[in-house]
Amino acid sequence: MKITFAHMGNLYITVKALLEDLGAEVVVPPMPSKRTLSIGSRYSPEFACLPLKVNIGNYVEALELGADTIAMAGGVGPCRFGMYGEVQREILKALGYEFDMVIIEPPQGRIRHVLEQVGRLVGRNPMRKYVGAVRLAWAKMTAVDELEKAAQRARPFERRRGAATSALGSALKLVDEAAGISQVRRALEEGQEMLRSVQDPTPGASRRNPESPPRIGIVGEVYVVLEPFVNFEVERRLGEMGVLVERSIYIGDWVKEHVFKDFMRLRKSRRPYDLAKPYLCHFVGGHGVETVGHTVEYARRGFDGVIQLAPFTCMPEIVAQDVLPAVSRDLGIPVMTLVFDEHSSDTGVLTRLEAFVDLVERSRRRRRARDGTMG
Amino acid sequence: MGEVVGIPRALLYYHYYPMWKAFFESLGGTVVTSGETTRAILDAGIKVTVDEACLPVKVFHGHVLALAGKCDYVFVPRLVSVERRAFICPKFMGLPDMIRCNCSDAPRIIDSCINLSRTTREYVRAVLATGRMFTRSTLRILAAHRRGRAALTRYGRCLESGMTPDEAMAFMGVAPLSDELAQRAVAAASSTSGVARGGGGAANVVIGLVGHPYIIYDSFVSMNVIRRLREMGATVITADMLPWAVTEREAARFPKRVFWTIGRRLLGAGFHFLRSGTVHGCLHMSAFACGPESLIGDILEREAVRHRDVPFATITVDEHTGEAGVLTRLEAFVDVVTRRRKQ
Repeated sequence: MKITFAHMGNLYITVKALLEDLGAEVVVPPMPSKRTLSIGSRYSPEFACLPLKVNIGNYVEALELGADTIAMAGGVGPCRFGMYGEVQREILKALGYEFDMVIIEPPQGRIRHVLEQVGRLVGRNPMRKYVGAVRLAWAKMTAVDELEKAAQRARPFERRRGAATSALGSALKLVDEAAGISQVRRALEEGQEMLRSVQDPTPGASRRNPESPPRIGIVGEVYVVLEPFVNFEVERRLGEMGVLVERSIYIGDWVKEHVFKDFMRLRKSRRPYDLAKPYLCHFVGGHGVETVGHTVEYARRGFDGVIQLAPFTCMPEIVAQDVLPAVSRDLGIPVMTLVFDEHSSDTGVLTRLEAFVDLVERSRRRRRARDGTMG
Repeated sequence: MGEVVGIPRALLYYHYYPMWKAFFESLGGTVVTSGETTRAILDAGIKVTVDEACLPVKVFHGHVLALAGKCDYVFVPRLVSVERRAFICPKFMGLPDMIRCNCSDAPRIIDSCINLSRTTREYVRAVLATGRMFTRSTLRILAAHRRGRAALTRYGRCLESGMTPDEAMAFMGVAPLSDELAQRAVAAASSTSGVARGGGGAANVVIGLVGHPYIIYDSFVSMNVIRRLREMGATVITADMLPWAVTEREAARFPKRVFWTIGRRLLGAGFHFLRSGTVHGCLHMSAFACGPESLIGDILEREAVRHRDVPFATITVDEHTGEAGVLTRLEAFVDVVTRRRKQ
């Protein structure tokens, strides 16, 4: 049995570690490319949201490499993601592929059911082995998040454009290849050192602004936020323009909030909900409320701008997008929404990012001047 | 006279208006609605919403704005869920927030949160909270709610007998139409019933129409699809005219329970139309970029391929749709269905 799964940013490092440590054979699909997207959009429903289409491309490319089992998460709505697995199975079946699709539904109190599904994937294992695999996967996930954060901090100060991104690439490779928890720890330290060494330590080295680079928060739907291929590497682009980027979702947080806490039936964090309350006071599926809540949070922390990323036709993000102008007005923070689908283009995104960064800088200068005269 | 409550004639108006009207009137309120959707209403809605919002949501905003100055409150319930373990659509869950952020001229909003996904307790609390805006008597509120439910049951029976919402409301005497229109609708509803309806055109076929109620019953948004099909001589059956048991049973053929209430009903209706041999053609009408329908439509299309004897077509509408384009497609579809039937 050769298991495959869809890509979402660097999540593959974690999932691969988990499944392989449990003794499964894993086929990681090729990193998403133009080909992936064109396969996906050819066979998916026209108005399905972008993640479904890229997933289909991933699956087809992995099945071509010999995978025979697809692992996928389920859901209970109202976001469309909960229906993905069933629809994707139909699409691939109609294309004539032979495979087994294991859809792991959220437990909703029936943890045994989830374990059965996982057991179907990796065979029977002693509990000790599960614990070991989860610990290794967890360590890798945390390391990936730390490295991504370090890269975001390094980019505005790098000596040579692109150095931070390539350092991040090699660091992630080390983490991916690490065989045990101590190796993961060593890989993380080495990676952090690499990312430090690409920076220019002299003060005023920031590409954009000698005093302090502008800060922009990225919010939105988890898939397009985490997958650089579909968001045209928004993070790298902004970083290389000299912007300090922070995003609202890192894989570790996402897994902690949505997988682990659901699984253990722990209380989820209410913070984004409380912050979003004046604008959006009810769960709307997906990450709609988080998008609004994090925008408020970035504004309060003094960020200079917020960019919302969403797949075209994403229902929860449309609700959020609809109320974001009010947040922007009330809290005086520039907010831009970028919507992605298979027709989005590199240049279009880049132009808008450049314009937004200009706008953010100007509004910051104005604010500073005003505060200066008042102070 | 009491407080005047405005009910926008959009979205789930088509499912719940008789209940809401009975409820508010029993509490001493007066109920007004916005008129039928017009270009002006749609344009007003487009102006205040983001581009990405779907057509029905834009239309709803327009209707809320049309009620400004005509009522003390506008009823914009947060319809999270109307049954266990299912939702309607994320946009319904954020509707009052969207209205509040976008329509500053709107009257005060009654945003009762209807959520039956887990327990009924929350629902009861929402009903009581809404009623308290009109009376302090819990008994009166519960009585009003009972009256509302009774109206809803009667309305459901009317729909199942083959009436469209407009006809059913006219038949029940709760229609917000002008008198003349109401009389015409009543005449239409009582003179014809079930399969016998239609007649004008040459075709004598039955067509199953699958689509969200706020698309297919809104004569402006749907370009009058039901009336046009009838004029061509077709009898139209919609999902709302089928008993729930039928659509539930059919929808259960799909390996996963669909967690959108309307989506599941439409899927069940579509499966029923394609499989049961009760219709000669199945027409699917959806709004551009409708989330649930992007997947439901795909599932139906795949089912239709397995049942080639029943012609299937999808028509997508948005704010740029032209009447001529829709009409041409409808005529072509009815032609295909008629020809197939003769063979």
